[in-house]
Amino acid sequence: MKFKTIMMGAALAALAAGAQADVKVGMITTLSGGGAGLGIDVRDGFMLAIEQSGRDDIEVVIEDDQRKPDVAVQLADKMIQSEKVDVLTGIIWSNLAMAVVPAATAQGKVYLSPNAGPSALAGKGCHKNYFNVAWQNDAFHEAAGAYAAGDGSGNAFIMAPNYPAGKDALTGFKRGFGGDVAAEVYTKLGQTDYAAEIAQIKASGADVLYYFLPGGMGISFMKQYAASGADIPVIGPAFSFDQGILGAIGEAALGVKNTAHWSKDLDVPGNAEFVARFSEKYGRLPSVYAAQGFDTGLLLASAVAKADVSDAEAFHGALKAADFQSVRGDFAFAENQHPIQTIYMREVVKEGEIVTNRLVGPAAEGYSDPYGAECKM
Amino acid sequence: MPRPHFDCNMTLPLLIEQVLNGLQAGVMLFLMAAGLTLIFGVMGLINLAHGSLYMIGAFFAAAVAAWSGSFLLGLVAALAGAAFAGALIERVVIRRLYGRDHLDQVLATFALILIFSEGTRWLFGSFPLYLDAPDALSKPIALPFGILYPAYRLAIIGVGLAVALGLFWLIGRTRLGIRIRAGENDREMIAALGVDIDRLYTMVFALGAALAGLAGALVGAIQSVQVGMGEPVLILAFVVIVIGGIGSIKGALIGALLVGLTDTLGGVFLPQLFKLFMEPAAATQTGASLASMAIYILMALVLIWRPTGLFGARA
Repeated sequence: MKFKTIMMGAALAALAAGAQADVKVGMITTLSGGGAGLGIDVRDGFMLAIEQSGRDDIEVVIEDDQRKPDVAVQLADKMIQSEKVDVLTGIIWSNLAMAVVPAATAQGKVYLSPNAGPSALAGKGCHKNYFNVAWQNDAFHEAAGAYAAGDGSGNAFIMAPNYPAGKDALTGFKRGFGGDVAAEVYTKLGQTDYAAEIAQIKASGADVLYYFLPGGMGISFMKQYAASGADIPVIGPAFSFDQGILGAIGEAALGVKNTAHWSKDLDVPGNAEFVARFSEKYGRLPSVYAAQGFDTGLLLASAVAKADVSDAEAFHGALKAADFQSVRGDFAFAENQHPIQTIYMREVVKEGEIVTNRLVGPAAEGYSDPYGAECKM
Repeated sequence: MPRPHFDCNMTLPLLIEQVLNGLQAGVMLFLMAAGLTLIFGVMGLINLAHGSLYMIGAFFAAAVAAWSGSFLLGLVAALAGAAFAGALIERVVIRRLYGRDHLDQVLATFALILIFSEGTRWLFGSFPLYLDAPDALSKPIALPFGILYPAYRLAIIGVGLAVALGLFWLIGRTRLGIRIRAGENDREMIAALGVDIDRLYTMVFALGAALAGLAGALVGAIQSVQVGMGEPVLILAFVVIVIGGIGSIKGALIGALLVGLTDTLGGVFLPQLFKLFMEPAAATQTGASLASMAIYILMALVLIWRPTGLFGARA
């Protein structure tokens, strides 16, 4: 609320100065409760991009969805009906996105996803007004599977929480991997103790462990895994090894490989400047979520520069052209308006006193999700 | 065709390791449940904010351990910090609730959860904190049958059992224990006998809080120290005291071990069991789903058999 007030204040000041805010953006994201770190990173990255674009005709209204679908739906209604926003963005979680996005796009609002990429919205449920700037949910998992197979691993132990995104994750991994699966284990969502699973892993004889445990679950698991004396190499998606959580896992994560579309040492134009500016402004290193938020902001600014938001056709074309320099390098939208991008492998290393990620190399070049075929736009 | 899974999974070493895991989960639950059951038994208060005290312990431990570099100092800080927070909320908020009905207590202590969660976020930020086991205990140690087991988890089991012994001694053998038991049975009478009941209540509450804080700090080192970490444990702790019988420390210990073992062993062996007569994928799904229900089924069975819990005196 405080942030919103400041933004409103800034907007009023801008109005007083004679500048008219032409595009109104509603950001619904998670700023409190478990998982708030992700929403905060997306918000900060997005605002940095808007600030850097120098555009004073973009007004952003930010609200906290508390990671609750019902709250997100109420906020979306409020933003569409009383705030009259043109563009919505910000949602972190797939279940919230599923609750908000179809209704918002059906009402003619453009939605730019800075994180969630459920398969339903990439395939049959795709929509002209829905752009995913981050990834389709399967991307990191499928690329990790392909990397593990290419790395000579033939037998994987795979594990995820027992909920839709967990099942999608393991399906994605298996699609990319193609080898034998020693065991496929589903843990409780929110589980904090993994001693039982670790004992299974040690006894499984697998030659690689792949797991998807976002947030606190991943922190708990990795610390316990490192202390258990298990020596099966670990691969994961970036969600479990991102900057926000590495600080809490510490050295237990060293050497773990993880897939992402971005790394702070990725050598593409603008990335080093982004990392420096973000670190300077917010006092912490950016995460993949911050990079996604930043790219979402850049995409929006590029479209606003090219077309008037009231001209829906032109604005849609300007968004779809994706005419901005992504900090992830080459970026384009596939037919279903999800990214075509390279997924990289990173490794957790220690730089001075900070545990962070280093780029290893591409895991899947020019990756595009498999659901596009079902999308009829 | 999927290959058969885990042929070697039913071996004795694995079973022993899983039983140790269950014990470790159980003794940590006991630390939470003991405070909860004492507070309910002595003061008749349902304290939903007990999970917040667990979180406070973990945050104190993480902050002090990071500042001083000593895990032991962190533990001391967790005990002291949680006990202080407990005494403070007892004096300021809880004291007004003893005479009210349970619904008012639930409402007020739920408000405390929100205040503590957002307050902690305000102080420490939204990102999880780092807290790790001390170096001396960070390596696995070799047990008989070729089992490698994390030293820290063994230490947790030891600490938990020692605290349980200490509590039994405190309740059964000391003057404070006599007063606590008297307070459970007849609070008007011990007030009439000249015992300062307000002070007794504050002490019991602080004791319960300190135990929760200790559990939070010990568990924080192997899990993640973050806002909201206490609520899932709180739910399990309520299951424990319902199984063990409200107000009974002995019940809390037995209940906690039962819940810890059921939860751990159920998660491992139920999917295996279903694989004997189901497709592996379906068996994993069904087994995992049933395993997450196992402790509630256990609770229902215990309540059918003994409606007041295993060691409960009153309904």
